[in-house]
Amino acid sequence: MVDSKHQWKAWIYLLPALVLILVFTVWPIINTVRLAFLENYNMMTALKGAKFNINFNNFIKVVQYPGFKSCLLNTVLLCILTVPISTVLALLIAVALNSIKGLQKFLQTVFFLPYVTNSIAIGMVFAAMFNMVGNAYGTQNEIIVTAGIINNIIEFFGGTRVNWINVGSSYLANMTVMVIYIVWNALPFKILILLGGLQSINKQYYDAAKIDGTRKGRILTRITVPLLSPMLAYVIITGFIGGFKEYTSIVGIFGEKLGPADDAGRLNTMVGYIYDSLAGKHQGRASAAALILFGIILVVTLINLRVSKKRVHY
Amino acid sequence: MADEKDVMRARDISQVSAKQRVGKVLFHILVYAFLIIMALIILFPFYWMIISSMKTYEEYIRSVPTLWPHEINVIANYSNAFSQASLSRLFLNTLYVGVVSTLLSLVITVLSAFAFARLEFKGKNALFAALLATMMIPGELFTITNYQTVTVFGWMNTYTVLIVPFLVSVFYIYLLRQNFLQIPNELYLAAKVDGTSDIKYLWKVMIPLSLPTLISITILKMMGAWNSYIWPRLVTKDDHSLITNGLRNAFTANDGTTNYPVQMAAVAIVSFPLFLVFVFLRKYIMKGVSRSGIKG
Repeated sequence: MVDSKHQWKAWIYLLPALVLILVFTVWPIINTVRLAFLENYNMMTALKGAKFNINFNNFIKVVQYPGFKSCLLNTVLLCILTVPISTVLALLIAVALNSIKGLQKFLQTVFFLPYVTNSIAIGMVFAAMFNMVGNAYGTQNEIIVTAGIINNIIEFFGGTRVNWINVGSSYLANMTVMVIYIVWNALPFKILILLGGLQSINKQYYDAAKIDGTRKGRILTRITVPLLSPMLAYVIITGFIGGFKEYTSIVGIFGEKLGPADDAGRLNTMVGYIYDSLAGKHQGRASAAALILFGIILVVTLINLRVSKKRVHY
Repeated sequence: MADEKDVMRARDISQVSAKQRVGKVLFHILVYAFLIIMALIILFPFYWMIISSMKTYEEYIRSVPTLWPHEINVIANYSNAFSQASLSRLFLNTLYVGVVSTLLSLVITVLSAFAFARLEFKGKNALFAALLATMMIPGELFTITNYQTVTVFGWMNTYTVLIVPFLVSVFYIYLLRQNFLQIPNELYLAAKVDGTSDIKYLWKVMIPLSLPTLISITILKMMGAWNSYIWPRLVTKDDHSLITNGLRNAFTANDGTTNYPVQMAAVAIVSFPLFLVFVFLRKYIMKGVSRSGIKG
C-alpha cells in the first residue's frame, strides 16, 4: 500500500493543517520558552534590534511582583473550593437523576442548560443578583435603594444582608460569590459525564446488594463510587485544569477591574496576570508566568493521575 | 404455642415491609425534593435575567422586588440595548467570523482526518501522537507568541486575526478521525477499484456517514466564536470586536450607575441564540462535549 504516490498525496491533504499548526502552535511553544529566559524582553524594542540577556530574571520578577501572590492565592483557593464542591454536588445530582423514572429526561435537560451559556453574560446576571444599588455602604450615611434579590431572599428567611460585591465588600463575600458562580457553571459538564457513567454500570451489582439488604449509603460508597471512579477521576482532573485557568468568570462578575470598585484587581488570577503583563508589553514576564502556570498544571495533573491510579477501579 | 409464634413472626414481617415501604416512599420524596430544588437554583438566574429585562428602571430598584413586572417595558429596553452596545455591528462581526472560520475549519479538519484515517505515509503514528500531545498545553502559552506573530503579519484589528490562528483544532481532527476509522476500509478499496477519486469518495461516502460529528464540530466552533472574549479584546478595537466584548462595560454610565434592565436585555439578546441551539441541537453538543470537556 505504501508507495511514493500515496505518500505525496497524504502530505498534500495534511498541508493546510500542518502549516497552521507550525505557525500558531509549534512556534509559540518554542518561542515562549525562549522569551521567558530573555531578560525584560519587549517586542517593540526587539524589532528595533535590541539584545537581551539570557537569565532567570523574568521568573524572579514574576514571583517578586506584589500582585503575583494574590493572583496565585486566588487561583489556588478557587480551585480547591470549587472542584470538590461541584464534584460532590454533581455526583449527588447524577445519582439522584439515575434513580428516578418520572421527569428524568426533563430534569436532565434543565441541568445541562448552564453549559450552553456565555460565561460573561451569565456572570453579569449573577452580578445583578448579588449587587446592591445605593451609596456609602457600611457608613452612617448609607443609603440602600435595593439590596438585590439574593439579599432580599436572605432577609425573607430572617438573615441579615451582606455586601457581596460592592464598594467596601469583604474578600470572603467576593470569594463566596465567585465559588457559587463557578460551581453553577461547572455542574452541567460533570453531571453529563457522571450520569453517562452511571447508566453504563451493570444492574447486577445493585440486585446483589438488594438481596443482601445493603443500606443505600453503603451502596453509594461501596458500589457506585468505585465503579464510577474512572469518570470521577476524569471530571476532577479536567476540573483542576479548568480551575487553574479561571479568568472570564471573574470578568463576568466584577468587570475588567477584577475586584470591587475600591479594590481593583483583588480577584485577579494567574491567567489574568499573564494578560496584564502582555497588555503592559512585558512579553518576557508574561512568558515566564505562562511557563509557571503550565508547570503548576502539569504537577497537579501528575499528582491527580498518581492518586487516581491507586484509587481508580476499572 | 408454635402457632402463636408463627403469627407473631408474620406480623413482624408485615410491619417491617410496611415500614420499608414508607421508608421507600419518603426516600423518593427526598430525592425528588433535592432534584427540584437544585433545578430551581439552576434556572433562577435565567428567570431573573428575563423578568429584569422587562422591567422599568424604577421598578427594578424597588426595595421590595417584584417577581413579575408590573409595567412591561420590553421594547424600550431591548432597543436601547441594541443601540447602546452597538450590538447589531458586533452581531454581524461575530456571525461573519463564526461562519468563515467554521467553513474553513471543516475543510481543513476533513482533509487531515482523512489522511490520518485512510492514507498511509511514513511517520503517521508519530505525527498523530505529537499533535495529540499539544492538546495538553494551556492556550495562554500560545497567546503570547501569537500576539507577536499577528503584529508582525500586520493583522491587528482585522477579521483575519480572529479567524486564522484558531482554524486547526487537534481535538476536532481526532474526533473525526475516530469516526472515519469506523467506516469499513473495504468501501474505500471498492471505490479505488471502480476508479473513484479520493475527493469524490470523501464527498460521497465519508462525509455523509460522519455527518453527526461534523454537526457537533460546527456547533462547538460557532459557540466558540459567540463566546470568545480574551483574544478579540487583545487584538481588535471596537469596530472588529465580537459580541461578548461589547457586553461588559457598555451599560455603566460615567458616574458608575448601571441601567440594569437594559443590561439584562443585552444579556438576554446574547443568550437567546445559544438557547435556540440548546433546544434544537442539544444532542450534538452533548455528544461532542462528553468526549472532550472543552468549552467552545
